[in-house]
Amino acid sequence: MTRTLIVVGHGMVGHRLVEEVRARDAAGTWRIVVLGEESRPAYDRVALSSYLDGKSAEDLSLVTHEFLDDPLVDLRLDTGAASVDRHARTVSTTDGAVLGYDALVLATGSRPFVPPVPGHDLDGCFVYRTLDDLDEIRDAATEGKPGVVIGGGLLGLEAANALRLLGMHPHVVEMAPRLMPLQVDEGGGQVLSRLVGDLGLTVHCGAATQSVDADEQGRVRGVTLADGTTIDTDVVVFSAGVRPRDELAEPAGLERAERGGILVDDRCRTSDEHIYAVGECAAVEGRCYGLVAPGYTMAEVVAGQLVDAAGDGFPGADMSTKLKLLGVDVASFGDAHGTTGGALEVVYANNAAGTYAKLVLSDDAQVLLGGVLVGDAGAYSVLRPLVGRELPAPPEQLLLPAGSGVDAGALPGDAIVCSCNNVSKQDITTAITEQELTDVAAVKGCTKAGTSCGSCVPMLKNLLSECGVSTSNALCEHFPQSRSELFEIVHATGIQTFSELIGRHGSGRGCDICKPAVASILASLGRGHVLDGEHAGLQDTNDRFLANLQRNGTYSVVPRIPGGEITPDKLITIGEVARDFGLYTKITGGQRIDMFGARVEQLPEIWRRLVDAGFESGHAYGKALRTVKSCVGNDWCRYGVQDSVAMAIRLELRYRGLRSPHKLKSGVSGCARECAEARSKDFGVIATDKGWNLYVGGNGGFTPRHAELLAADLDDDGLVRLIDRFLMFYVRTADRLQRTSAWIESLEGGLEHVREVVVEDSLGIAADLEAAMAAHVGNYSDEWAGVLRDPHKLARFVSFVNAPDAPDPTISFTEERGQIRPVSLPMPSIRQEVRA
Amino acid sequence: MKWQQICAYESLSPEYGVPALLGEHPVALFRTGDGELFAVGNVDPYCGAGVISRGIVGDREGEPTVASPMLKQVFSLRTGECLDDPGTRLPTFAVRRKDDVVEIGLP
Ligand SMILES: Cc1cc2nc3c(=O)[nH]c(=O)nc-3n(C[C@H](O)[C@H](O)[C@H](O)COP(=O)(O)OP(=O)(O)OC[C@H]3O[C@@H](n4cnc5c(N)ncnc54)[C@H](O)[C@@H]3O)c2cc1C
Ligand code: SF4
Ligand code: FES
Repeated sequence: MTRTLIVVGHGMVGHRLVEEVRARDAAGTWRIVVLGEESRPAYDRVALSSYLDGKSAEDLSLVTHEFLDDPLVDLRLDTGAASVDRHARTVSTTDGAVLGYDALVLATGSRPFVPPVPGHDLDGCFVYRTLDDLDEIRDAATEGKPGVVIGGGLLGLEAANALRLLGMHPHVVEMAPRLMPLQVDEGGGQVLSRLVGDLGLTVHCGAATQSVDADEQGRVRGVTLADGTTIDTDVVVFSAGVRPRDELAEPAGLERAERGGILVDDRCRTSDEHIYAVGECAAVEGRCYGLVAPGYTMAEVVAGQLVDAAGDGFPGADMSTKLKLLGVDVASFGDAHGTTGGALEVVYANNAAGTYAKLVLSDDAQVLLGGVLVGDAGAYSVLRPLVGRELPAPPEQLLLPAGSGVDAGALPGDAIVCSCNNVSKQDITTAITEQELTDVAAVKGCTKAGTSCGSCVPMLKNLLSECGVSTSNALCEHFPQSRSELFEIVHATGIQTFSELIGRHGSGRGCDICKPAVASILASLGRGHVLDGEHAGLQDTNDRFLANLQRNGTYSVVPRIPGGEITPDKLITIGEVARDFGLYTKITGGQRIDMFGARVEQLPEIWRRLVDAGFESGHAYGKALRTVKSCVGNDWCRYGVQDSVAMAIRLELRYRGLRSPHKLKSGVSGCARECAEARSKDFGVIATDKGWNLYVGGNGGFTPRHAELLAADLDDDGLVRLIDRFLMFYVRTADRLQRTSAWIESLEGGLEHVREVVVEDSLGIAADLEAAMAAHVGNYSDEWAGVLRDPHKLARFVSFVNAPDAPDPTISFTEERGQIRPVSLPMPSIRQEVRA
Repeated sequence: MKWQQICAYESLSPEYGVPALLGEHPVALFRTGDGELFAVGNVDPYCGAGVISRGIVGDREGEPTVASPMLKQVFSLRTGECLDDPGTRLPTFAVRRKDDVVEIGLP
């Protein structure tokens, strides 16, 4: 018999609850009605701030197609629960429906607390909780103006960073004498204030807000502090804590906790046996938890009771936190304030480097109770799981930068490595060995560890190597170095050839892994034509014949059409060449015209005609820049705000021929309608009223990804300069065949690190990167023109060395839809034995 | 054994393959860095296309190899055996340098 479960609230925890019930309830005994007040299904609120940093609402969504199509789940959005009648066991909704339930779970989360200062409800005051809130803040933000955040806790700093990303100058007003008073002690607070100040935030600590002041229209015009200071602003964001949304409890006769929240026992049961509460609205044994991990645990506890009528109680929660997104490392974990009786503190502060670290130890200094890290939270992923356990090393060793003393080996198996998803070290190592996982992405996919706040990702890397998964950098058996190390060697030594490099730094004669990688490095550094002398033998077949190998051994020919713009004469030339050589033609997704079916010996003649007509190689064959797609832009399109065509052509001509670890694609859209699909590219450019937004790290393919915002509102030259730096940084440091997205993910600090290096020049290499790109641009010449001028290179384009014009008997075609099509080849018998 | 003249030794580059026609047979001919010559069938047994000569020459633990450019299986140049999938092999042919001319032995 099916019973009805009503879940009120489709937030992070409500969603997890439904997922858990569906996963456990194989027999389908529960039909689930989910009431969600927001207009969107559940999304990752923890990552909310990244919505202003390039992520879309879709990226943040927590629901899958299967979930939305699940016949046992009835998700009603834009629908709130208005009241609960416990005796009738019904819920009335805001749209007037009355729904019966067998079990009810309240997962209504919390609402931001807005202190009742005068003016708190003026136009221009916001809170920071939902995607809609962020949309409103985005609409209200004016670049270059101050913005005020009231509350200097974890969320307040995130909100301040959000204002900064919107181009505003944020002020943070905090009542306590330091920022993040709940997490950080005084020493840490001082370091934090300085680091945050360096980022352009103005901090007012120990300051009470006296009033929010209005202009004549009744809109916010400024904020006055208790000491009389005034800040001119038209945007005020309140982030002064949250209050549980327990408003359904009292009218229904459910008990509330003393300090708010729906009171439940350790199994998340209210005083009514049919009603549970989970997540931020629940006060478990009187205590509310404002983090997602304890909420997820509650969801599991309740799902267990609903489906198996069993399960464990709520074990208590890990309240560790880490500041995301501001580019300042702050973490606190366990008993950060040393409130346990007899607790000892060990502090390491380095004012010069701007770091502060404190460990809280038990009275005998044996057990780790908690700690605070500011400026460098590298040790967080190791230290947090050690809370409550004996120290594996002397405390000073644990604190030293780089967390040098300890690694994954120090953690016991049941230590929780990922607290967001409650995954222990043991769970992870078992998954690694049993499922033979070889990289962090696989571990994430398999165990869910690392998929929420991401702070445990460094530990996942450690665990991989602890399990003996070789995370060796060696390129292949011939070179112990990684691609980026080889790049540096070639760059620094001026080595010109593969044989010199392998002779001095490698062993053996090379293979199909290291040869093309080195060829690409030599080409990126402008060390000669790809088919010069020894270089020719290093190339993958595509680069060897400057064309793309197709399945029957023929090649495709793809001339460059920068930005997709082409004259009628050139179109006619392509048509004539294709007709005369009997090639199949197709217009591709990258705004090119491909011609297929050319034999090796035909390539030079085809290209001679194309080069004569003014075409050049499109590099469709290389690990190189492929295309810069464009929309029509403001010349023709009534929405366009910039000339996307001219910019696409400029970028394509600038980066043509650039050899890179993986093929590169780009796009330029003339407005946010994004007709060029720029955000699915390695670097994408979208016009704004003020200039260009630059997105990086997108790709289509196997694991599609949207590019993320690197910098906003750039002028033409500023845009080109940042792309120069970004591409060169990638070319120099990525692994072989590593896409920009995977490369960014692999960097410690991810996109933020890229931004520091590329935009803020934190490594001081920007000038060098720009110079390298300038050298590439200066050295460019068309590869096909080079081949056509050189008889030695031309001599390689033959069907057979002893019968240069004899057609290859393995190639044949039939016709389909008026064009040629390769004939499936008769396979030679694979296991044939032929004696020499 | 009957030997067929293929081309001048000088027209082969080190560590680089060329296709040749031995009667009806497409053959891939290689000259390695130390001057040794090898000849194997040019047709990739996994896809039927005549592309082995366009593969990258190298070694695996000292064994001279060529990697098919199509789906990248690696073959021993000495025995023709596929090192990624033992049991599959390319035909191999006798090859020699006579004065300045490269010759392949007809099977
Ligand atoms: C900017 C930001 C950053 C954060 N960062 C972190 C972090 O780094 N780590 C961490 O652990 N936590 C973080 N949190 C907190 C975390 O998001 C919450 O703990 C978590 O979302 C709680 O989940 P929940 O389902 O209880 O509540 P919510 O996700 O808030 O969901 C409750 C839902 O119920 C709906 N609702 C309420 N009342 C009704 C009703 N009567 N009828 C129908 N629907 C209703 C609400 O509209 C809401 O959609 C952050 C929160 C914010 C806002
Ligand atoms: S992206 Fe904007 S400017 Fe470009 S074609 Fe589309 S609507 Fe027009
Ligand atoms: S600890 Fe947050 S994702 Fe693992």
